Amino acid sequence: MVRLISYLVGLAFVGVLAIALFGTVSSAISNPAAETAEEEFHLHPHDIGLSSNGFFGRFDNRQVQRGFQVYKEVCAACHSLKYVAFRDLAEIGYSEAEVKAIANQWVIEQPTINPETGEAATRKNVPSDRFPSPFPNEIAARAANNNALPPDLSLMTKARHDGVNYVHALLTGYRPQPAALVREFPGAKTPAGLHYNPYFANLNIAMPPPLTSNGQVAYADGTNATIDQMARDVSAFLTWTAEPKLGARHAAGIATLVFLLIFTFLCWGAYQNVWRDVKH
Amino acid sequence: MAIVNDQLPPGEDPALLTEEVHDPRRRDFINIAAVSFAGVGAVAIVLPLINQMNPSADVLAQSTTELDVSKIAPGQAIKSSFRKQPLFVRNLTPAEIAEANAVPLSELRDPQTLAERTKAGKENWLITLGVCTHLGCVPLGAGEGENKGPFGGYFCPCHGSAYDTAARIRQGPAPTNLQVPEYAFTNDTTVLVG
Amino acid sequence: MSFPWAKQYEPKQPLMRWLDEKLPLPRLVYNAVGAGYPVPRNLNYFWNFGVLAGLALTLQIVTGIVLAMHYAANAGVAFESVEQIMRDVNAGWFLRYAHANGASMFLLVVYIHIARGLYYGSYKAPREMVWLLGVVIFLLMMATAFMGYVLPWGQMSFWGAQVITGFFSAIPLVGESIRIWLLGGYAPDNAALNRFFSLHYLLPFVTAGVIILHIWALHIPGSNNPTGVDVKGEQDTVPFHPYYTAKDGFGVGVFMLVFAALIFFSPNLLGHPDNYIEANPLSTPAHIVPEWYFLPFYAILKSFTADFIIPAKLWGVLAMFGSILLLFFLPWLDSSPVRSANYRPKYRAFLIVLLFDVLLLGYVGGAEANARNVILGQIASAYYFAHFLIILPMVARSERPRPLPNSITEAVLEKHGGTSPAKTALA
Repeated sequence: MVRLISYLVGLAFVGVLAIALFGTVSSAISNPAAETAEEEFHLHPHDIGLSSNGFFGRFDNRQVQRGFQVYKEVCAACHSLKYVAFRDLAEIGYSEAEVKAIANQWVIEQPTINPETGEAATRKNVPSDRFPSPFPNEIAARAANNNALPPDLSLMTKARHDGVNYVHALLTGYRPQPAALVREFPGAKTPAGLHYNPYFANLNIAMPPPLTSNGQVAYADGTNATIDQMARDVSAFLTWTAEPKLGARHAAGIATLVFLLIFTFLCWGAYQNVWRDVKH
Repeated sequence: MAIVNDQLPPGEDPALLTEEVHDPRRRDFINIAAVSFAGVGAVAIVLPLINQMNPSADVLAQSTTELDVSKIAPGQAIKSSFRKQPLFVRNLTPAEIAEANAVPLSELRDPQTLAERTKAGKENWLITLGVCTHLGCVPLGAGEGENKGPFGGYFCPCHGSAYDTAARIRQGPAPTNLQVPEYAFTNDTTVLVG
Repeated sequence: MSFPWAKQYEPKQPLMRWLDEKLPLPRLVYNAVGAGYPVPRNLNYFWNFGVLAGLALTLQIVTGIVLAMHYAANAGVAFESVEQIMRDVNAGWFLRYAHANGASMFLLVVYIHIARGLYYGSYKAPREMVWLLGVVIFLLMMATAFMGYVLPWGQMSFWGAQVITGFFSAIPLVGESIRIWLLGGYAPDNAALNRFFSLHYLLPFVTAGVIILHIWALHIPGSNNPTGVDVKGEQDTVPFHPYYTAKDGFGVGVFMLVFAALIFFSPNLLGHPDNYIEANPLSTPAHIVPEWYFLPFYAILKSFTADFIIPAKLWGVLAMFGSILLLFFLPWLDSSPVRSANYRPKYRAFLIVLLFDVLLLGYVGGAEANARNVILGQIASAYYFAHFLIILPMVARSERPRPLPNSITEAVLEKHGGTSPAKTALA
């Protein structure tokens, strides 16, 4: 009885799948899926080899600090960094006094309440503050940016596939739309107000090229600020903002693996020892 | 789940019937080593589980409070907060200062002079945590019209601890004076606590 | 314990004797996982995974309780509270990565445990109840894992909650009302997040309870073994402790090595980047997929694209739940008296096909829904159902199994090149 019901249920599922399969195959033959511009022209970022990669990866504080300078002078005008606090900058090698000064001199002030009148006000940032958003809310951000929302950058390198390399590729990837693309897909011409970038998922990004000329940022450490260098440095900085504990994680990981290797080896020895007289 | 084995006569260990007598070999040290490592590993895992309950970095970071004391008239006090605890800032009148200085130290449970509890040249500014040292209630006396207790300072309604005008414990179960936090005057009217 | 030669607990110290009289808890442990539980001597490494699953659940409960001390189950701040755990809480990043990857390790270990049961016929009499309870544990785990994935309130959390509660809207007439009741609203929001958190905290303890029943039921007949042959006598078994505790210790070491490598060096390997974007009810991610351990079932759901009597959506949901629920009937679908697939060449061949079939389903579940992948998914889903519901019962009746060893000991001695007692007797 169980077997009979089983056959019937099995045949029902297999039968419906056969019908569905027939439908899929026939529609695939009658109207095969046309290739889209995204499929043909989207590019994958290449590896930029940051020092934080790999088992022993550590942040290069000088590079991360340069990236912070790029964020401060270029990105911060539109992009918030809301999960990072000024005090966190101490982790990338700034002294307590430097952190205080950076917070104090930050252009965008921290929203607060006037203690006497209760009205909305702003005050200078202190180290315990998180980075203030350049826009008071999403509507203001969209209104100032042609209805596009500049995303928060705190987690950007973890929130995109291959995010570390993606940030660099995107920042250096702006170029004129290839003539072949427009010839092949006339409907896919980059609309006015958007910018062609083959590393962006749908090829047309609202953000105008942020890094436009060599030397756009005058690096405090004297490094030559080429566009590629600035893009690398800001990728390194955003790797840190997304995963500030990476150095500690790798260090703890090495220690843990060494311990566990010894432990596992001892356990194997104990296992062999206990079973030495028993065939199994 | 245990099934009593009544096939064997009492006192007969079934294991002895088949197993060879175990001879302790030197190789057994590896068993001990493995178990010891397991113990060390377990302790290593427990450490972060305990440490996570310590104050987090954002809590530790918000540990200073800046206060403007210019609007506090003599005889008045304000309540503010420091590390999420109430903070009393009191502008003592000359009479209150005299009263506090008149008490012999030998009478005090927690002997301290007013001068030790204030900053030099700013003896009229008594800045203490508003946390009763008995069991942590907020004493009365800082707000306008509140009961200042029998010694004219603060009075804790929970268990009746009374503090004097230097916020020293004078009566009741509290063991010590109200705590004076670390602070400094950054100018004549601004105090940075913490 | 059920064997007459099982060692009896004999407390030597007066304190332990006193305790044994008042509350025989040490005796219970001794009989369950101590020297008082005789286990076949020929278990292979696949038998390590039950203990590893128990360890994984324990680690999940411990890290979960600790994370709940910092997590805020409110749609407004949930995402931020997780970021705070990652950045500010002492060792918070470790605890969260351990919990997130711990779920994957738990499911991985349990999948191997289930595959072991399928291959060696551990679901067959007299162990049907062990298997049924196991399927219940699996269902509880899936529910817990899903609700846990919703808690960080990222984009995949939100849209996962939307899609999975959407299954219920496939039920005719009352479906939409059930969905709204489950969510406490028209879309996932604070109400849904809070109840998911509550249940996510509760269900692991329910799971632990069912695991105790699972182990209890196992101890009635005792453990199966790679030959599938019943234990005949004392020479076939060894006490669980120290023999299998030692072997499990080694298994735990290997498990922890893999787990640590994930936590410390690739903590986001099994996650999805979109879950680092806060939930946005107005924008669906371009490519929405569940966690890896649900992908085969997700592929089955996606494969039903044709209306036939009932709508395609309902077929998909029925098939997806059916693909798990059919496991409940397995002990009665497979009527072959031989347990181990080692002695069932035909069944073994089909089982290997099933393994690749499920891996293919996993691939299709995570891949883009283009024509090629949909076709692959439909063929693979058809085999899945055919395997359990048609092939398995038929093979059980038609197959001629290879000769079984007379006993576990005989099989062991044969493996080690000695002559079996049976053969000796014949000679």
